[in-house]
Amino acid sequence: MSSEVALDIHSGVSSLHVENQSHDSHVHHHETFIYKYVFSMDHKMIAKQFLITGMFWAVLGGLMSVLFRLQLGYPDSTFPWLEDILGKWAKGGHITPEAYYALVTTHGTVLVFFVLTAGLSGTFANFLIPLQVGARDMASPFMNMLSFWFFFIAGIVMLSSIFVETGPFSGGWTAYPPLSALGDASPGSKTGMDLWIVSMALFVVSSLLGGLNYIATVLNMRTKGMSMTRLPLTIWALFFTAVLGVLSFPVLFSGFILLIFDRNFGTSFYLSDIFVNGAGALPNEGGSAILYQHLFWFLGHPEVYIILLPAMGMVSEILSTNSRKPIFGYMAMIGSMFAIAILAFLVWAHHMFVTGLNPFLGSIFVLLTLLIAVPSAIKVFNWLTTLWRGNIRFTPAMMFAIGFVSLFISGGLTGIWLGNSALDIHLHDTYFVIAHFHIVMGVASMFGMFAGIYHWFPKMYGRYLNNTLGYVHFWITIVGAYLIFWPMHYEGLAGMPRRYYDYSIWESFKQFGDLNRFISTVAMIVFATQILFLANFFYSIFKGRKLRSTNPWGSNTLEWTTPIKPGHGNWPGEIPEVYRWAYDYGKDGHDFISQTTPIGADESVH
Amino acid sequence: MMTVKEKEGDGRIHPQKFVLWVAMGSIVMMFAGLTSAYIVKKSQANWLEYSLPGVFWYSTLSIIASSITINMALKAFKAREMKQYRTLITITAFLGLLFMALQIVGFANLEARNIPLFGARSNSATSFLGVITILHMLHVLGGVIALMVIFIRAYLSKVKNYSSLPIEIISTYWHFVDFLWIYLFIFFNWLR
Repeated sequence: MSSEVALDIHSGVSSLHVENQSHDSHVHHHETFIYKYVFSMDHKMIAKQFLITGMFWAVLGGLMSVLFRLQLGYPDSTFPWLEDILGKWAKGGHITPEAYYALVTTHGTVLVFFVLTAGLSGTFANFLIPLQVGARDMASPFMNMLSFWFFFIAGIVMLSSIFVETGPFSGGWTAYPPLSALGDASPGSKTGMDLWIVSMALFVVSSLLGGLNYIATVLNMRTKGMSMTRLPLTIWALFFTAVLGVLSFPVLFSGFILLIFDRNFGTSFYLSDIFVNGAGALPNEGGSAILYQHLFWFLGHPEVYIILLPAMGMVSEILSTNSRKPIFGYMAMIGSMFAIAILAFLVWAHHMFVTGLNPFLGSIFVLLTLLIAVPSAIKVFNWLTTLWRGNIRFTPAMMFAIGFVSLFISGGLTGIWLGNSALDIHLHDTYFVIAHFHIVMGVASMFGMFAGIYHWFPKMYGRYLNNTLGYVHFWITIVGAYLIFWPMHYEGLAGMPRRYYDYSIWESFKQFGDLNRFISTVAMIVFATQILFLANFFYSIFKGRKLRSTNPWGSNTLEWTTPIKPGHGNWPGEIPEVYRWAYDYGKDGHDFISQTTPIGADESVH
Repeated sequence: MMTVKEKEGDGRIHPQKFVLWVAMGSIVMMFAGLTSAYIVKKSQANWLEYSLPGVFWYSTLSIIASSITINMALKAFKAREMKQYRTLITITAFLGLLFMALQIVGFANLEARNIPLFGARSNSATSFLGVITILHMLHVLGGVIALMVIFIRAYLSKVKNYSSLPIEIISTYWHFVDFLWIYLFIFFNWLR
């Protein structure tokens, strides 16, 4: 008995019919170049499209950070070559304040949404969900394709904003009004902001289309025997990620709609009593800028977990596989992810402690925020106990997974500081915050992503990445990441605010001149190392060492039961049936037992 | 040769129907966000109290009627009464359009009472009404377009299609936007 999949393209809206038939399945569709590589409906190809588009944005967003780090590290130097590439944005080889703010804003937007949301969960949810739950494809491959193309167009719109005369939006990635609501507020608030909001609206649509599909696929398309408690933790994590996205992105969207009306139709949702230099007093009355912050952070905080959860899931899977041990506390892992997903919706106001929030309300948000430490600590404990006395194989994927745990611990601890509303009065909007979220969310999730890429690259392309380059990539990146962000804690504790253009003119922050130069130098080295990784990636797609066996890591999960280069439909024959959970490593003297192996007579049932 | 019936097949909701339910949850979140913003904003200064246009009662009736007709259309389809089915979905789509037209009449009515929805003289109380109602109208429009698609497809298709899935999905969605409006109507009238 098998599930047969037919791609029904002729009925207008493409849909996937799953029928139960008792003969061998066959997948019929024509693979021209356009349908195979461009308008592909194969989840594996869409995953690669997300990944490579994400890489493009990671390079661009990373390069932006290098450019503004040049300004921060070398505020008195001039770089004539900057004028060659940036033109009027770097007059005399010096990045202008407008360009600096535009770079900071675009760096944030691009890295948070395009790289760590679309690039991370877009890639791995697409790639892993059907393969690991045992499905031919997503619930709706057509919607899946649309999800990528909405993301792609969102990217084109964002990219085009870099080239408009008044520059891209420059009011920070959070796009708080009034900077985002008034065209007269700054150069970037004109066309740049229009393009920013169009791009983000398209991005929300893309995320929703993707998220709907991921949820439906996990809940409805699992193969026979694949109960929810037999799912690998990657799938649980990607599932919670999708739920968070589907419930929080619409709220961001409603915030954006009100913003559009304030910008273009003269309403006063967010604006009140504003006097703009040159334009005079505005008629808007009674609006509240704080209202936007509520709507924004209601997405904004779950967004942090949208970024982090896929990394957590992949790290759990990779740690277990490469420790040759079952994951410690499987149910506790699911429970803690569930707790994180719930709490994600209840802590948004900790971004707003200093907005005049009622202190009593603030203390409730402090409590809820600090509660997140509990599931986080459970997860860390389980990762460490999975490693404990494991038969560890230090593959590059494993190195990055361990690096993730390290970063998650050191970045998570500072979260306990920041979640405290009294400490936040001092730490708010300082480099301490920058250090905290870059380590715990930015770099940690990048590490999860790298771990995922190194681990599943053989499944994606049928070849290995170069190991030596992988280790070089890992060591420089982890040491560099700590060297960049660790000193920022000290700067932040000393009160150095974020988003300033030039600290050398401030008596209090002058002392950090050398430190800032050091950070900028390391940032350049780390950025160059990522280029090395990309070279490894693209070289290995074509010339990497070829995969000889279907299961190179000795892994239990279903994706390794497919052929080395699976076609559309994933399994040439029937979809395998699942008899056990994904973590039977080192059981009864067996190194690993695939999920497709029936429970033996003398074996204890999990 | 195994002949055991696969358990997963039955009792499970169709993936596309499931996608719709999750999508509806997502839409609920958007309107929940907007109506919460409305409540927050209302407790602040400079809030205009005004009465809703009476024509909204008629638009409410028309969308409730359309829910009844789409339910009859679904029954007609399942009974293979194709002619009746086509008439009923046409009436449903028409009632959907009528609903939208009546909403616009309501907006005009407010403008005539010198309560502008948008623009420099507007108050956010009415702007919220405008934004939320227009967003809801766009969702109704989506339903109307979907109805038109299956209507045209019923004529164009050479192969007779007996799957009631598309009309089932649209009717679920249609009831959803109906309930959504009833919620908004109650919210604007009494909960605010």
